[in-house]
Amino acid sequence: MFASLVLVLLIAAIAWIGASVGLAPLFGVVLPYAAVLVFIGGMIWRMTYWAKSPVPFCIPTTGGQEQSLDFIKQAKIDCPSTTWGVVKRMFTEVFLFRSLFRNTSAEIVENDPVNKGPRLIYYSSLWLWAFALIFHYSVLVIFIRHFRFFMEPVPAPITWVETIDGIMQVGSPRFYWTGGLALVALLFLLARRVWNYRLRYISLANDYFPLWLLLGIVCSGLCLRYFDKTEISQVKIYLMGLTHFAPVSAAGINGLFFIHLTLVCVLLMYFPFSKLAHMPGVFFSPTRNMANNSRRIRHINPWNPPKQYFTYPEYEDAYRDAMAEAGLPLEKQPEKAAE
Amino acid sequence: MYNAKAVIIGIVIFVAIFSSPFWTGWIGQDYTKTGVVLPAGEKECIEDTEFMRAQHMRLLDEWRDQALREENRVYESALNGKKWVISLQNTCLKCHSNYSEFCEKCHVANSVYPYCWTCHIIPTEGKR
Ligand code: HEC
Ligand code: HEC
Ligand code: HEC
Repeated sequence: MFASLVLVLLIAAIAWIGASVGLAPLFGVVLPYAAVLVFIGGMIWRMTYWAKSPVPFCIPTTGGQEQSLDFIKQAKIDCPSTTWGVVKRMFTEVFLFRSLFRNTSAEIVENDPVNKGPRLIYYSSLWLWAFALIFHYSVLVIFIRHFRFFMEPVPAPITWVETIDGIMQVGSPRFYWTGGLALVALLFLLARRVWNYRLRYISLANDYFPLWLLLGIVCSGLCLRYFDKTEISQVKIYLMGLTHFAPVSAAGINGLFFIHLTLVCVLLMYFPFSKLAHMPGVFFSPTRNMANNSRRIRHINPWNPPKQYFTYPEYEDAYRDAMAEAGLPLEKQPEKAAE
Repeated sequence: MYNAKAVIIGIVIFVAIFSSPFWTGWIGQDYTKTGVVLPAGEKECIEDTEFMRAQHMRLLDEWRDQALREENRVYESALNGKKWVISLQNTCLKCHSNYSEFCEKCHVANSVYPYCWTCHIIPTEGKR
């Protein structure tokens, strides 16, 4: 955990020092272009890699009654049997994190009155679901809001999102809820790994690193907006220069901006090769994208070698004379087959 | 590749979304300067220009609190020690009297729509 924190801080420090000793073109031009290329190329590679992997068995995870006799009620979303059902299930999964909603936590109660002794109790645990949902939607809104830096004129829908996000009209510049909520949710997701000892035991650097990295991005972003501000219009000019492939000088932009930008670039480059690739991954997951119809439709393992068939007519052709000699019944008698 | 049709559609959507900053840049306009019209006949703002560009919203927030909560309607500039009357309409907009070519021009480009003007009044340059 601390190693990942140190790594993120190190990246931030390198970006900051780099930007202040005049390497802004490296961190502000070369790195973003490289990051976008690695991100898009990496994701395409990852998706085609998944799409090329055969699925040997029909393995949807099911969470309810499968399609059966007419009078038995099917759990249509949790155990879909048609493509349309899979689409519905995928929708609830992607937009509402339906399967996380069923998260439970197990706990042993020492002196349970029912058992008169220790007893294992399962609770519905919605914390992870709630904070994961808050985090993802906040990041979506933040992502959309950032398009004000890439578009001129700024499309109206982005303005609407901003208006709703800042509806409380707190402070100036207006406080955007999603920024704060993303921070809170990330802190929860991190605290969960640190304080839940079972989770802590299975958490690795590749769990902590994305969390710290995202925290670094969110914190530097919040700082840039509310505290150590930089000139927004200058940043927009700078970014529009990048997207028009005509980079302009970064003079006058706060060093903190380059920390923010560099962390985002690192995130982009890390994305395709890490667990964050679950963004397209959910659509490629056979446990999610297959219909549970294995009783009606045979799932053929695509990596089975081509079958060598030896049909009965061929068999008869091969052994006809011997079979006739032995007096076995034949479909075609030897004299007929000779014609 | 299995399910090639769906996968390719997915990849195309993915690339279209995440490369949009680059291709929407070509559809819209470029943004190379703020193009604000500075007040004629004045040389200095309340604080130095760098500070004003980045922090004017926070300065206004501070002003609002000073005036309405602390009952202090005088602001001393850290730039040159000049004393200013704390007033959005009568100080800022007296010099920056061309609202649409100054504040608004820069704001619209950066998708900032201050709600101040539901109560405060924008000077209309003597049109009325
Ligand atoms: C150089 C460009 C520029 C000029 C000129 C400018 N502003 Fe701003 N202003 C901004 C930017 C950019 C923001 C948003 C800051 C952010 O998002 O962090 C902003 C935000 C604000 C906000 C806070 C809006 C909110 O609700 O979040 C107020 C109030 C404001 N400006 C007032 C003014 C006034 C009054 C003037 C004219 C005297 C003015 N500004 C001129 C760029 C400018
Ligand atoms: C004495 C007249 C005067 C007053 C009062 C004044 N300004 Fe200015 N302001 C200027 C001048 C002159 C400049 C140009 C400074 C320069 O170019 O160095 C300027 C520059 C600015 C800029 C930077 C524009 C840019 O992109 O170059 C902003 C933002 C700004 N003022 C906002 C405000 C706000 C907000 C207030 C009220 C709190 C205010 N000003 C009050 C005269 C004034
Ligand atoms: C709900 C209506 C309303 C809104 C919206 C509003 N104000 Fe005010 N504001 C007032 C009132 C009322 C006063 C008190 C005027 C007085 O006592 O002189 C005031 C006073 C101020 C003052 C100090 C005194 C003066 O004359 O300017 C500042 C600065 C100020 N507001 C800034 C802002 C800014 C910046 C915004 C937008 C982010 C804003 N206000 C939005 C109602 C509003």
